[in-house]
Amino acid sequence: MNEHASITIRGKDRYKSGVMEYKKMGYWEPDYVPKDTDIIALFRVTPQDGVDPIEASAAVAGESSTATWTVVWTDRLTAAEKYRAKCFRVDPVPNSPGQYFAYIAYDLDLFENGSIANLSASIIGNVFGFKPLKALRLEDMRLPVAYVKTFQGPATGIVVERERMDKFGRPLLGATVKPKLGLSGRNYGRVVYEALKGGLDFTKDDENINSQPFMHWRERFLYCMEAVNKAQAASGEIKGTYLNVTAGTMEDMYERAEFAKQLGSVIIMIDLVIGYTAIQSMAKWARRNDMILHLHRAGHSTYTRQRNHGVSFRVIAKWMRLAGVDHIHAGTVVGKLEGDPATTRGYYDICREDYNPVRLEHGVFFEQNWASLNKMMPVASGGIHAGQMHQLLDHLGEDVILQFGGGTIGHPMGIQAGATANRVALEAMILARNEGRDYLHEGEEILAKAAMTCTPLKAALETWKSVTFNYESTDMPDYAPTASVSM
Amino acid sequence: MRITQGCFSFLPDLTDEQISKQVQYCLANGWAVNIEFTDDPHPRNSFWEMWGLPMFDLRDAAGVLMELTECRKVYGNSYIRLSAFDSSHGWESVRLSFIVNRPKEEPGFRLERHEMEGRNIRYTTKSYAVDRPEGQRYGGS
Repeated sequence: MNEHASITIRGKDRYKSGVMEYKKMGYWEPDYVPKDTDIIALFRVTPQDGVDPIEASAAVAGESSTATWTVVWTDRLTAAEKYRAKCFRVDPVPNSPGQYFAYIAYDLDLFENGSIANLSASIIGNVFGFKPLKALRLEDMRLPVAYVKTFQGPATGIVVERERMDKFGRPLLGATVKPKLGLSGRNYGRVVYEALKGGLDFTKDDENINSQPFMHWRERFLYCMEAVNKAQAASGEIKGTYLNVTAGTMEDMYERAEFAKQLGSVIIMIDLVIGYTAIQSMAKWARRNDMILHLHRAGHSTYTRQRNHGVSFRVIAKWMRLAGVDHIHAGTVVGKLEGDPATTRGYYDICREDYNPVRLEHGVFFEQNWASLNKMMPVASGGIHAGQMHQLLDHLGEDVILQFGGGTIGHPMGIQAGATANRVALEAMILARNEGRDYLHEGEEILAKAAMTCTPLKAALETWKSVTFNYESTDMPDYAPTASVSM
Repeated sequence: MRITQGCFSFLPDLTDEQISKQVQYCLANGWAVNIEFTDDPHPRNSFWEMWGLPMFDLRDAAGVLMELTECRKVYGNSYIRLSAFDSSHGWESVRLSFIVNRPKEEPGFRLERHEMEGRNIRYTTKSYAVDRPEGQRYGGS
């Protein structure tokens, strides 16, 4: 599909009044070589029946940069060729008739420094409602170093978070307080205390815990900090609880964040639904106030889950690393929520590596240099339990927060026992891994041995031993690794 | 109480053989292992005393175990931990840290609450051990 030469109309004829095909207006430039400073976006384009895929892709480039539906003479007052986004490559999507991958390059001057709002207003703006397309999905983006450097990045980062929490060499452990809704501040703090004292590092507010009639936010913060400090004294370890400061206005969020700081919390939390600008504001606040910033990705599945339309979560993860959050929920592979192993691996790499090579088999289409921007800690939460510890460690690695909500609070011997079971399972698995054992295959044996000196772990393994969530994923990579033969 | 700082505090105390395997893992990764000790295990006490320097360029875990034996002779009733430092770019910090020695009795901490205006409470964690002067905590050794 890329053998086409440029068919751009140049000179005076380009600006004759009327309607012209996008691919002739300079939005399809198959010979264009992207500059190091260009932002590159990869879209999955599904044209309406009968629409030429090149024209559809050129239209995406046009509508996400300078074009409107008709030729305008005012283009000639500008360096229009520079500002036109250029589609330079269109490939059919493997095994998906009617879908095309369109690579589009954008000049850096099209974007404001350090603003996800500005970036997204162009790239996922009007173009997603464009009629000649049945569907459109933003799959991946290459962000040039020149642009990356205009963002603060994660307020704290993995390394400093570990130093501040004094926790090295193992995943961190957390739990979301359950039930999500209805607990009074005092009852809520009880769950936090039990879970932290039992051995977790963090507890977490759920995304929809803000300030409701059953528990206003100040009650929650006060009782939670009593619980955190009491558990800290009981264990000699640093503990934290993600105090959700999500609220209806920035002023309310700042007020809640200030109160969390005043009470000595090490971490606060926000929801993705507060919006990109609010997230960037809170990231700056967190950097100024030595606060770890946890992001719950509430709402993302409305646009990330379906393969043909929306925005891939890998793009959201990249934007959030720029925006400056420290924690981001990125999937569990084995738990109750969407995420196949390869795609999830791609998200984790985007969170944690300084350089991402192209890995089509993980859905990573571009190399990405993060230029020493802090790393984000991925969070695995939703339907996981101690009996899966070896699989979790294998899939997700060491720099991750494993959150066992039901797997802690639902323990038959109580919350402390649930927490202890998870911590013992984790430490036993790390010990075995470091000793060079094949922990993935010997996992059950390692856990059974650890359970011999830990009754809570024994009970956890018995309760949840056969719980798995084996459903087909809806979002998977389009490319499978194949053996290549060198000629 | 049992202080649960470090990577393996929820497991039974590691044997020297187990410690040696963890050290070997660190050395294989190119990390330098350091021995540190303290009689003030406050969770915010980042800087335990160093038993010499981090052992750069060491290949065999036996070297660390030898030093640990010496350290235990002097500070056997204190907390001793091993920390492994990774100098690679983008990390340049501790990669693994775990306690390898504890005092016979661990008195733990008390939580002091200072009631402030409104319902605010200012919390202070205090180690019972530091009520006594340095060197005389945990029965003096």
